[in-house]
Amino acid sequence: MKARHRRFIWIGAGVAVLGAASALVLNAFQSNLVFFFTPTQIAANEVPRNRAFRIGGLVEEKSLARESDGLTVRFVVTDTAASVPVVYKGILPDLFKEGKGVVAQGEIGSDGVFRASEVLAKHDENYMPPAAADAVNKARGTTAAAEKTTKTLQR
Amino acid sequence: MNEFFAMGGYAFFVWGSFGATAFVVVVEMVALRARRRRALDEARLATPDSLTAATQGVL
Amino acid sequence: MTSSSWYRYSSPATFYPIAGRLIPWFGWAAAVMAAIGTWIGLAIAPTDFQQGDAYRIIFIHVASAWMSMFMYVVMAAWSALFLGFNTRLSAMMAQAMAPTGALMTLIALVTGSLWGKPTWGTYWAWDARMTSELILLFLYMGVIALRNAIDDPRRADRACAVLSLVGVINVPIIYYSVKWWNTLHQGSSVSLTAAPKMAMTMLTGMLIMALAAWFYAIAVALYRVRVIMLERERGSAWVGELQEVKSR
Repeated sequence: MKARHRRFIWIGAGVAVLGAASALVLNAFQSNLVFFFTPTQIAANEVPRNRAFRIGGLVEEKSLARESDGLTVRFVVTDTAASVPVVYKGILPDLFKEGKGVVAQGEIGSDGVFRASEVLAKHDENYMPPAAADAVNKARGTTAAAEKTTKTLQR
Repeated sequence: MNEFFAMGGYAFFVWGSFGATAFVVVVEMVALRARRRRALDEARLATPDSLTAATQGVL
Repeated sequence: MTSSSWYRYSSPATFYPIAGRLIPWFGWAAAVMAAIGTWIGLAIAPTDFQQGDAYRIIFIHVASAWMSMFMYVVMAAWSALFLGFNTRLSAMMAQAMAPTGALMTLIALVTGSLWGKPTWGTYWAWDARMTSELILLFLYMGVIALRNAIDDPRRADRACAVLSLVGVINVPIIYYSVKWWNTLHQGSSVSLTAAPKMAMTMLTGMLIMALAAWFYAIAVALYRVRVIMLERERGSAWVGELQEVKSR
């Protein structure tokens, strides 16, 4: 065997070992890499206790309500299987809309209401002109659109 | 025309992105050119011809 | 082609003039593509139904993000060739990739941040996609720092090649992060396996910008590898014979 071939084998082995090690580390850290939890996970108590975490889902249609101070908002985050009421005091991002994706950071109270300290909008990877979007929505109907957004969230 | 530059209210973000990219690219090209000039100068000094020329100049 | 002729092309003395002839072609192609792509992206492509004009950042963001990952893979490939065949040119090519790769990563991070503020509502979030792209920047900077830390070029080549190869594991992590984990970052709009999720004009502009990034990266990498050859082989006969070294 030539020295060059031996070197290749060593390099290959090194990369394989490192790959395996990284895969294991990633697997162990998987739980910490979760950026947000879904309402279903919250319902199943799979969320960290006594510390802030993020919740992600869709803003339920017709659930957004503003309180009289003009700054506090209430809305419901849903993944269509479960839903969690959220209260937040602050400015909402431009893309925050009913029926669209949202990620909120905060803590859940004993009353089951999620008190958010930060609200981010999560948008999908579809880009098209407004006219095309209208056409797509009309053609697909609302059920298909809801299905699509749910899929986006689960990704 | 004003509407074009306003970018629907996102002018800072859109023009900022394109501007920052153009800036970074220009900086890289200028720096690389300077590095080539330095490398050529040092290559001239390191060639045997220029060494003898320099010595003759001194003598 | 016989193996001896491959070795001939891998000699810096042969490659230097070839690279020099290629640079203007790639450079001008990059400039033309960037001009067309920017024109389509800012003036021709329609406004997005959700994001308005803020989405136009995609035309730079995606091209630079793709390039940041791709250049790392290329750098790792040259490093593997160097460790296997011990060819000087491979090490120099790997060395020529790192700064432009780091720059592409920086552009992707900065434009992503400027895109995140008006759409998500924040400049930065520690989600898997953004964190792994930041790690990519650190890897590039680590390779550059390691290069500068070791005086002996041959030892630096070796150390950098090993680090580049170790870090390549991060590239699939960046790419698949949006599939594997819940992220704030949206999924891919363009992939090899599914139909694009963009209107045609938008997609065209984005792909032209991606081509511009390719040509730019090739032109700059070739230019830099020539400079590296001058730096590392100065005093050798072939460098002394070069017209640009002899003149003046």
